[in-house]
Amino acid sequence: MSDLQALYTAVLEGNAPAAKAAVQQALDEGVNPEELLQKYMIPAMDEVGRLFEANEYFVPELLISARAMKGALELIRPKLVETGAKPVGKVVIGTVRGDLHDIGKNLVAAMLEGGGFEVIDLGVDVSPEKFVETAKEKGAEIIAMSALLTTTMPGMKTTVEAVNGAGLKGKVKTMIGGAPVTQRYADEIGADGFSDNASGAVRVARELVAK
Amino acid sequence: MSAASPQASGTTGLVPAIRSLDQFIYGHAPKPIACGRGVVIGDGTVVPELNFTLPPLDVNVDTWPTVRAQYSEMIEGVCKRAVELEVPALLVEFETLPPMTVNPEWGAEITALLAETMARYHERHGLRSALRLTPNDTRDHVRPPVMRSGMYWDGMVKLFRMAGPSGADLLAIESTGGKEIHDEGLMNADLETMVYGIGVLAPRDMKFLWTEMVAACRETNIVPSGDTACGFANTAMVLAEQRMIPRVLAAVARVAAVPRSLVAYEVGAIGPSKDCAYEGPYMKAIMGVPISMEGRSAACAHLSAVGNIAQAVCDCWSNESVQNVRLLSANAPTVSLEQLAYDCRLLNVAAKTPQGATQMRDWLTESDAALDPQAYVLRPDVVLRLAAAIAAEPTPYLRTRRAVQATLQDIADAAAKNEVKIPANETRWIDRFRKVAEALPEDEDEFITEMRSRLADAPYLPQEYGLSA
Repeated sequence: MSDLQALYTAVLEGNAPAAKAAVQQALDEGVNPEELLQKYMIPAMDEVGRLFEANEYFVPELLISARAMKGALELIRPKLVETGAKPVGKVVIGTVRGDLHDIGKNLVAAMLEGGGFEVIDLGVDVSPEKFVETAKEKGAEIIAMSALLTTTMPGMKTTVEAVNGAGLKGKVKTMIGGAPVTQRYADEIGADGFSDNASGAVRVARELVAK
Repeated sequence: MSAASPQASGTTGLVPAIRSLDQFIYGHAPKPIACGRGVVIGDGTVVPELNFTLPPLDVNVDTWPTVRAQYSEMIEGVCKRAVELEVPALLVEFETLPPMTVNPEWGAEITALLAETMARYHERHGLRSALRLTPNDTRDHVRPPVMRSGMYWDGMVKLFRMAGPSGADLLAIESTGGKEIHDEGLMNADLETMVYGIGVLAPRDMKFLWTEMVAACRETNIVPSGDTACGFANTAMVLAEQRMIPRVLAAVARVAAVPRSLVAYEVGAIGPSKDCAYEGPYMKAIMGVPISMEGRSAACAHLSAVGNIAQAVCDCWSNESVQNVRLLSANAPTVSLEQLAYDCRLLNVAAKTPQGATQMRDWLTESDAALDPQAYVLRPDVVLRLAAAIAAEPTPYLRTRRAVQATLQDIADAAAKNEVKIPANETRWIDRFRKVAEALPEDEDEFITEMRSRLADAPYLPQEYGLSA
């Protein structure tokens, strides 16, 4: 019989082989994949986020856990599709046009993946058109944008406008982040969500897909 | 001041230019520089260096008149206040935004605009000034970055050569070769990957890039000043400040950046180092060049744990960068200039009294050094100790390896003696890092082979660093 608590611990401690082994054993024993995800894996990542926000974990520990989560998810995802369970969500992410900084964006992408989201990473210097096209093509619920420079922040506004101009307002939610970005700026440009840290970004993304 | 010049000593490395704490003070460098309109750096007077940037604004053909007006407003405000405050000299840094390097004519146009204003203030008001142009490194606009050819490299080279004719007095850069790998290492606290990025790839790129920059400066008769490991060590510093990575790792990243930044001076740069190169004190100690530093004065751009200690041995004192926004008193660049001017005035007055400079240096040091390992590695005596260890090695890789090992050892010893505070959740990291550092091979080829295998799928092109494809 599977020790499902071991799955929780493996994700929490970033032990990818143990996480995958625990998932595989549980699936072989017929445990519902939705139960694995909702009761053990996502709560483990939530605890990782909490430890990070409490200054006990650093980013490298977040990433190790996110990788363990991702590896385990790869085993679960096909089973979830078979059972008709709704995926957590799909996010198109990138650093806006003219901006080449990607550490923050990569971190948010890893944490979103760890949070169960499917992430399409467009990289850096991404035009508003590219964000919108990809979101349409992939059926994404969220466009997540990052900027480090005050001079590239306007790219977030033009992307929000492009989303609205393409008739996607409300269907594709936008969220933003980055060193100079604030909630006030998000409100100003009509972005649906803002976070100033990576684990917070996962919470915001979950709220946006739940709306 | 007497200090030995750095000398290549066969296979044993460099002899540091400064070896005594008495010689390691602000305002004085073994190799002062004269530049611009009557400016001398490192010859006894600390000079303010001001940098500024645009508020949120797209830079394109349509907004260009606004861009010009913004720079015009900034430089006028700064020069006017510099005259009113009777600064001994003013260094202005213009760091281009990406479109101004991709279109080098744009960068040259703003350079000329700034230089003309500074020349006018010199002529009318006697304001001594020099203009440092820092083209930004656009080579990572393509991923993986293409470092030695293509439109981005061509744009940079063109701007290097347009700098002097446009009115710049000094040329600098914040180069990024190896950063694509170092970033990966940093985020994963993977010391080996960090060393591969900054100790193997970065020095190779520095040699290639700075050979070109020094040639351009010599052709156009301007000063090849310096580089900064901002994209490496300041990224680490900011991440540590946000509690994303251990502060110990950021301290190690700082010292590990020293061999990489040294390459510019070995190739022909003469200083002052770039303001955001917090590894500057090591450059001054080893190569004898004057350095620009920033600390509390740069809080307008980023936070840090080294606000005072960064000033301890500076020759120029900078604000990093500030946006042109209106504050209660004046526009932000003018406000920044005023803060720098008063800071420099205090340093320079203190240096006029016997032991004044060393007393001030020690106060600046003591106020920060024990509170954070990043500050600790900037303590002048620690700098001299680690600089000597680094300089003793013959190659950039071996210097980086030694930097990492010696820094971790020094921090561990200091923590044991309560000379530096290490947060409780970081102590486990010191032991982890030390094990990895001690296992770094002495043979660079062996290390390259190992890392190339490990990083076979990493987003970089080895041939762009002179390694086989």
